[in-house]
Amino acid sequence: MTQLIDKKIGADSASGNQQVKFYQTGTYTVGNRLLDENQRTVQASLDRSNALDSGHRACQGCGEAIGARYAIDAVMRATGNQMIACNATGCLEVFTTPYPETAWQMPWIHSLFGNAAAVATGVAAAMKVKGKKAVRVIAQGGDGGTTDIGFGCLSGMFDRNDDVLYICYNNQAYMNTGVQRSSATPPGARTATTMPVGPEPGNVFGQGKNVPLIAMAHGIDYVATASVHDLHDLERKVTKAMTFRGSRYIEIFVPCPLGWGSKPCDTIKLARMAAECGLWPMLEAEYGELTASYKMRKPAPVTGYLKLQRRFAHLFKPGQEERLAGMQALADKNIAKFQLLEKGEQA
Amino acid sequence: MFQVRIHGRGGQGAVSGAEMLSVAAFLEDKHAQAFPSFGSERMGAPVVAFCRIDNKEIRSREPVLEPDALLVQDPSLFNSVDVFAGLKRDGYLIINTTKTLEQLGIEEAASKLAPGRVWTVPATELAIQHVGRPSPNAGMIAALARACDGVLALDSVIAAIRKKFPGKVGEANVAAAQAAFDSAKATQSSQ
Amino acid sequence: MLKQMEGSVAVAEAVALARPEVICAYPITPQTHIVEGLGELVKAGKLQNCEYINVESEFAALSVGIGSSSAGARTYTATASQGILYMAEAVYNASGMGLPIVMTVGNRAIGAPINIWNDQTDSMSMRDAGWIQLFCETNQEAVDVHIQAFKIAETLNVPVMVCMDGFILTHAYERIDMPEQAQVDQFLPPFNPRQVLDPAHPVSMGAMVGPEAFTEVRYLAHHRQLQALEVIPKIAAEYNAIVGRDNGGLISTYQTEDAETLIISLGSVIGTIKDVIDDRRAGGEKIGCVAIRSFRPFPIAAIREACSKAKRVVVLEKCFAVGLGGMVASNVRMALATQPLPVYNVIAGLGGRPITQKSLHKLFDQAAADSLEGLHFLDLNHEIIERELERERLEGCSGAVAENILRGIGAVAASKV
Repeated sequence: MTQLIDKKIGADSASGNQQVKFYQTGTYTVGNRLLDENQRTVQASLDRSNALDSGHRACQGCGEAIGARYAIDAVMRATGNQMIACNATGCLEVFTTPYPETAWQMPWIHSLFGNAAAVATGVAAAMKVKGKKAVRVIAQGGDGGTTDIGFGCLSGMFDRNDDVLYICYNNQAYMNTGVQRSSATPPGARTATTMPVGPEPGNVFGQGKNVPLIAMAHGIDYVATASVHDLHDLERKVTKAMTFRGSRYIEIFVPCPLGWGSKPCDTIKLARMAAECGLWPMLEAEYGELTASYKMRKPAPVTGYLKLQRRFAHLFKPGQEERLAGMQALADKNIAKFQLLEKGEQA
Repeated sequence: MFQVRIHGRGGQGAVSGAEMLSVAAFLEDKHAQAFPSFGSERMGAPVVAFCRIDNKEIRSREPVLEPDALLVQDPSLFNSVDVFAGLKRDGYLIINTTKTLEQLGIEEAASKLAPGRVWTVPATELAIQHVGRPSPNAGMIAALARACDGVLALDSVIAAIRKKFPGKVGEANVAAAQAAFDSAKATQSSQ
Repeated sequence: MLKQMEGSVAVAEAVALARPEVICAYPITPQTHIVEGLGELVKAGKLQNCEYINVESEFAALSVGIGSSSAGARTYTATASQGILYMAEAVYNASGMGLPIVMTVGNRAIGAPINIWNDQTDSMSMRDAGWIQLFCETNQEAVDVHIQAFKIAETLNVPVMVCMDGFILTHAYERIDMPEQAQVDQFLPPFNPRQVLDPAHPVSMGAMVGPEAFTEVRYLAHHRQLQALEVIPKIAAEYNAIVGRDNGGLISTYQTEDAETLIISLGSVIGTIKDVIDDRRAGGEKIGCVAIRSFRPFPIAAIREACSKAKRVVVLEKCFAVGLGGMVASNVRMALATQPLPVYNVIAGLGGRPITQKSLHKLFDQAAADSLEGLHFLDLNHEIIERELERERLEGCSGAVAENILRGIGAVAASKV
């Protein structure tokens, strides 16, 4: 369906008013440049800081590289380039800083695997004591460094309500060391330590940690989950997070083609499918209370999402029907719990 | 050098008592060292605290093995701790009690000491009376000032108490200390 | 100004005089009074321009310090025993990143078995982590050395651990001459790092260094520690010039000039040793002692020089490498490798066992007669040892030795309910 839209090109245009035909009106797909400036993404701007510059060594299709670039550029814009990042050990740290090179264009420190949150606390304290109120601090790490080994320091940071935004790039396993299970690995998934063998192949059901909910339980200023398939939403959440002055936590879903056994070109698609079937709820919360969630018109069945990843291939073998149904049940539970359906819709 | 060993139970302020002795000595321009020997950290457990006083720098850090003065803040310790270990014959023994040596069952140990060296003082009763708490340490160190000739002046002890406990609590402890100084008495040893 | 105060509180005051900007510590016996003292000074506004952070573990404490130091803030923390082990990863990280953090270690034994009393195993466990390690004999020394530590650390960009015996020093009341703020300000300029996290000049710190450069990085760290051998005495002299006390440097010597027997040790036991030396000198014995003040870098040349005329050396240490022997003695023997004199290794004071003058006299008698074993445990209860060894020989057993000893003496009995 087309709709003719009048668009004034500009005062110095020779042709004056011009009628422009657009298809797919009402969406963002016509391109940022025709949107109002305040609706455009950071990524669309020539002025974007490109804080995570090209030349890093990430794999083809790495979701984390995309997510980190989106997130950090958004923080840079929100802070006028006044930020410091504290990174945990992991893929992001390894592929961005192959000594003597670095892909980071802003101040960045990597200390240890489990202490990114504590290091960030220290940097924030230094900024405070030196009166540098405008300089903001973020901590970042993968799911391993956040939900497992870094959990103590993360909780401590939340307890103190330190002025730090912690960003977790969740690809659901320890990827840099060879795809081992973390407490963020979903049930059923294959990893090197949850092999698809035996009567219950892949990761067990009934385990795992939901760190966004745990962050909410700490009552911190702002918690959100985001994903690389929705750039606008991610940037909005990061920008919003930077308006708070206490502890904030954002978890970004970042598919890993190598670890998931998916095609590098499917990264964005998989992220969208995870959100659209309910396995990756997109939430926002403030001071422990849920404030918003991504509403679907009609959730897709999980199978479409799972089928595109070799890490779930064994669930489609005979005898695994119950476990496959268990995955659907998880998605249904999320949809109900976080009210992921648009009002009036039914699953 | 004058060496003091204080035996008490956790909560009775034996450690503070030793510290106050060291401050009193400092106020008299002397060198002093006070330190505790910790057992388990709980109320009621036996505690030993030490204080050394000298006119020159004190370098040794060993526990006080041969005290010149032994302060016993809790007579119930006689049954469970070798309180008298190393006490010299002309050392002083100051006991927080209203009982007699016979009643305490330490006649024999006390008889080994020179005459005029064994003193008793009702430090706990005086503390309850003046401070409202059964904390005998201020009274005990005042009794030491009384019993041990020339070691510390009562005024120094009182000044040390005021430094440790400011305000009303300090004054109450000072009152208890003064009363203890006055009512401490040397027992007659049976020798 | 002269004061009579608890060692921990004196250290807190001394650290405050150094104008730290971030203090972050997790409590552990026997360091608690230090961090409590500092916390109170900050909260009362007496220590200004300082952030005091309560953390959830020692690992977090030093990690926070790594962050704040990297961002240019003068940073301090304190720990002991189990705590220094819990932060071990961060200890290596701080020195590897060249961060001038100052940390007090209230020396305490390491479990199992759990033990809260003094020995020096905790600092020794981190002796190879690349930190400078300074040991203090008295609380006065502790005050002076802590202030010097900040300058040493910031001059070299190496973190410094100031080690003081737990309980014996931390909880002892003694006379302290506290420097004035003006003196410390004159001695210690503000922290001005060469590389710092700053949006105006972005850098990436902490990259992965591969085989092509790692050795060079480690060599340069070693070189810095060797430079410290010059810097530490130099800074001690600077401090002395302003404050008027010579409490610093690599070693201190007592009655060593013509000594035939030399006792080498660290920390508070040196004081007790000095009293014993005086007694023995009065009896005509030629005996002296050397206090190692800087354990890392290890003052090889200074030790060699101090022992050059001695007939025998006794290394008395409050730590022990199970399966090898003394840690300090190994280092001393390395320094004296070219000197043909006996080095006796005495292990004393483990887990807080008091070191008495009486025992030291007996020990030095044996040393003078050269009748000491190479490795000697002071005041070891041979009866318990022999009984336990005999029982093990007959029965064999596994599990915790401490509890096994109790079995041996019949102290373990099940109650029948």
